[in-house]
Amino acid sequence: MTSMNTTGRSLLQNDAGVLEGSSRVFAAGHVGNLSGLQWLASLRGIKPGLVLAWSVIAIVVLWGLFPHWFTSYSGTVGVARQQLRAPSADHWLGTDALGRDLLARIIYGTSQSLSGAIVAVGVGLLVGTALGLVAGSARGKVESAVMRGVDVLLSIPQLLLSLSIVILLGFGTVNAAIAVGVTSIASFARLARSEVVRVRASDYVEAAFGSGGTFLRVLLRHILPNSLTSVIALAALQFGSAILAISTLGFLGYGAPPPTPEWGLLIAEGRNYIARAWWLTTAPGLVVILVVLSANRISRSFGKAGA
Amino acid sequence: MSAKQALVPAVPGARDVPVLEIADLAVSYRGDTGFQPVVHGVSLQVRPGEIVALVGESGSGKTTTAQAVIGLLAENGRVDSGAIRLNGTDIAGWSQTRLDTVRGRRISLIPQDPTSSLNPVKTIGAQIAEVFRIHRQGSRDEIEKHVIDLLARVGLSQPELRARQYPHELSGGMRQRVLIAIAIALRPALIIADEPTSALDVTVQKRILDLIDGLREEFGTAVLLVTHDLGVAADRADRLVVLKGGRIQEQGTTDEILAAPRSEYTRKLLADAPSLAKAQTFPRTAGFRRSDGDPVVIVENLVQDFPVDHGPRKTFRAVDGVSFKVERGTTHAIVGESGSGKTTTARSIVGFQKPTSGRILVDGIDITSLRGEALRQFRRSIQLVYQNPFASLDPLQTIFRIVEEPLLNFDPVPREDRARKVHTIVERVGLPPSVLSRKPRALSGGQRQRVAIARALMLEPKVLVLDEAVSALDVTVQAQILALLDELQRDLGLTYLFISHDLAVVRQISDTVSVLQGGRQVDAGTVEDVFLRPGSPYTRELIAAIPGRRKADRRDVSPVFIGADS
Repeated sequence: MTSMNTTGRSLLQNDAGVLEGSSRVFAAGHVGNLSGLQWLASLRGIKPGLVLAWSVIAIVVLWGLFPHWFTSYSGTVGVARQQLRAPSADHWLGTDALGRDLLARIIYGTSQSLSGAIVAVGVGLLVGTALGLVAGSARGKVESAVMRGVDVLLSIPQLLLSLSIVILLGFGTVNAAIAVGVTSIASFARLARSEVVRVRASDYVEAAFGSGGTFLRVLLRHILPNSLTSVIALAALQFGSAILAISTLGFLGYGAPPPTPEWGLLIAEGRNYIARAWWLTTAPGLVVILVVLSANRISRSFGKAGA
Repeated sequence: MSAKQALVPAVPGARDVPVLEIADLAVSYRGDTGFQPVVHGVSLQVRPGEIVALVGESGSGKTTTAQAVIGLLAENGRVDSGAIRLNGTDIAGWSQTRLDTVRGRRISLIPQDPTSSLNPVKTIGAQIAEVFRIHRQGSRDEIEKHVIDLLARVGLSQPELRARQYPHELSGGMRQRVLIAIAIALRPALIIADEPTSALDVTVQKRILDLIDGLREEFGTAVLLVTHDLGVAADRADRLVVLKGGRIQEQGTTDEILAAPRSEYTRKLLADAPSLAKAQTFPRTAGFRRSDGDPVVIVENLVQDFPVDHGPRKTFRAVDGVSFKVERGTTHAIVGESGSGKTTTARSIVGFQKPTSGRILVDGIDITSLRGEALRQFRRSIQLVYQNPFASLDPLQTIFRIVEEPLLNFDPVPREDRARKVHTIVERVGLPPSVLSRKPRALSGGQRQRVAIARALMLEPKVLVLDEAVSALDVTVQAQILALLDELQRDLGLTYLFISHDLAVVRQISDTVSVLQGGRQVDAGTVEDVFLRPGSPYTRELIAAIPGRRKADRRDVSPVFIGADS
């Protein structure tokens, strides 16, 4: 999972870098023409990779909210005598073994995957940031206790941890999402703590204490807002990997039960027909990859804005 | 070595070809809205054996000009036009590879920050040897010998030991000597010294500048000295080039410019530089002195220990038995170099740390016994202004919220009253009301420091502790802030505790002074007493090291430098 994330990230990075570089050369060649220069300068501010990433996320969000706008087929009920059709004008991505339109299944499955990812990131963000904030600002024994707990969480492989939690909680989309969320608590806590420690050592926080601020006020007024930038960037990054992790759990059969269309489950079901109908695994796989890459690209832009 | 020959004084016109000639140089940086010109048509010459100082405030283009000469402009910078002639050859359009053949050999750089300019994972010896290796000079044994000679030449004791040490084992002054050794290794004709002493204490600064001076006289090397400190420039340079906003305001021999500055800007710079002010005048004591014998701050026998991590129950004594009194409405300065315990003393007085022993009375309250809510209430009477105005303001808050904050911490004040008070104070520190809605990053350094002062004044404190509050500012801004502080003191009857390493500033604004060295108070008294009749050798050394005072007798200084490690 992780290696895929990073590869995708560097790919997009290179892509954006090349585009920026070429427009820079272009602009330098047209110094004489002032209006042309201004037009190019305004164009340079727009990063095509980032625009693409936001549009992917926007489309996917719309799929999740209003699936019926995008397809006339049902996500769960098949059409008779239409089994395992190849992609065509009627069925853009073909149909599965029960004659269900694959594109419709992907579109209807979006809400499952997206809400799962949101719950997972929400759990990690809230619990992790709270733990990091407490650890970073309280220091001493509290910090040691919290951070050693986090270290324990980190030492367990993520998939193993989320599987154990799902088994404890029972199968289902929400439970799978919580399980994925718990695994990301540790990274949120570590990041939040290091940011809090950095902000806490700054002159303006000391100045706030010096002007009579109480601990809680300074925490809410200065430490929390100034620590959040990197945490938000991590949340966007985690959103991508949460979709991947939830799909993994769905693939293994720990997520939503069939016939619910869920991206991981779609890939798993399509696997049986990979020789006859390759599109059944490929299409949902590509969708997952696109969404994860887009989330990474957006996260990187947050990180840059924060730095 | 033809040391005698090189000792010939660098009279303009004595040699024909200048080492460096910059003609009509223009440099611009690429920003969000295309290329932004920062240096406009700068022309200057450096002749053999001459020190030319490039003087200006931050943003004047002095460093950019120096970087353009050695081909080290930032990635988004480019030379738009003009020529940079090194011994008559124009190197302005040269590629980096081609420049490598002259860098180090004919022209070299002494960088600004000795702490970040050395590679932390390589020994000192290896870093100096690198210069020889890059330019393929000599065998391994010869290089080793050269390295030891160079380390001895720049005045480091035990050169063999130093060559084996890593940068972190050396002090800031020693590291700057190593950087100088690297710069002079191949006897270049020109050294560019970019603020070579700005990060160093005054006594160390003096020794480093003496060293550069000595090397110049010995080897006949020309030096382009980039500095913001007019005192340093006046002391060391043969000629001055004054830059403002990327344009030359004035250039000429140092004596001419100091005696009769032609441009308005140079006159202002000279007037604002505290180190160039007449040493005899004590404007503070001559005019305003309203001591009624009522001490508002009393520090008795202050001792502050800090635990040292390694070693069982070991402590480091940062402050050792410091005592002084500050009378109401006066300014007391605490002076010392880095590590002297001056900031530690200030932090104890503001109540940020408990002293190990001793008493601190502020307005009759012993603050060493305060804790919790009582300590919080005490903070109303004493406020701290920090050195770095870029770090002491929350970057996410507007100026209004920053200045308003202290009021929210105590008894509730109605919203309209708060707003009125914020407006009054912001106007009082000389800022337009339009800044209130902005964030700190939209303000200049001087404006930010005014905001920090406004915030400190919100609670109507009796004592203001200024921890190097003007050290990070340009001289003209520094002069404005000092004038503001003076005015506030007269109007509000404030008592100042002024922490500084800069004796020239202290002389200008203080009534009484304590000199600290290694945590001990070595001298104390009124400013006249301490400056005119220093009681300790350390104080005498500090006063002698103030730049800008020895212009007249500079040429009498023997070329032999002081060999002590700095």
